[in-house]
Amino acid sequence: MKLRRDVFQAIADPTRRGILLLLAAQPLTAGAIASNFDTARPTVSKHIQILTECELLKQEQQGREIYYHFNPQKMKEIADFIEPFRQMWEAKFNKLEAVMKKYKKK
Amino acid sequence: MEQKTKINAEAGKQELVITRTFDLPVELLFKAYSEAELIEQWMGTKVIKLESKNHGSYQFETSYQGKVAFKANGTIHTVVPNQKIIRTFEMENAPIGVQLEFLTFEKLNGDTSKLKIQIIYQSEEHRAEQLKLPFASGLNMAHDRLQEIINKLK
Repeated sequence: MKLRRDVFQAIADPTRRGILLLLAAQPLTAGAIASNFDTARPTVSKHIQILTECELLKQEQQGREIYYHFNPQKMKEIADFIEPFRQMWEAKFNKLEAVMKKYKKK
Repeated sequence: MEQKTKINAEAGKQELVITRTFDLPVELLFKAYSEAELIEQWMGTKVIKLESKNHGSYQFETSYQGKVAFKANGTIHTVVPNQKIIRTFEMENAPIGVQLEFLTFEKLNGDTSKLKIQIIYQSEEHRAEQLKLPFASGLNMAHDRLQEIINKLK
């Protein structure tokens, strides 16, 4: 449960969402990510660290550079969170439909 | 199978939008939301109070295995028959806080209708708590069911 909570915290920040969008298109180094934001570089580094800790990003060493990749599997976990909520409503609404169809026949 | 109920939770927003198409005339769909006896049947809750009118309020109480498991209440701001309900909703003793709900009832044709519920939370974090809840209670219920089965085996 703790890991999932962290994923939610990770996407709660606009800069972190910006980083995810950027990396969804292509893998980048920390420097290249930072150059896309007005935020101070250490702040961007901190955001990258949080995203990496939550496994939303994966690191890959290429020569002397570390490239960051977006991890879509982890993003799916967030969608998986909505699914039980959706199913709960689906069940309630199915009941509503059944109750009202019976009511109509009376 | 196509999903009848859709939930839209955009990142960075403090709202959720739930939409569902019903095989019911809009009048019946609205009735299901405005009459206590009908709410009790489909929500599986006890309606302590329901004033379906402007400046009204409501109170629900749900029991599970003979004990009150969940209480909810809210203020009804606006009721336009067969069109909309604007109300607040608060689950007592839950970390979700008060939410503002806009329910829109739309006639599609004589036999079908659409319900759109826009729910606005105090913050994005409150919305996250809401999404975690059925996940947690689903686990609890599965656990309770398991306990029941184990008790029977004893």
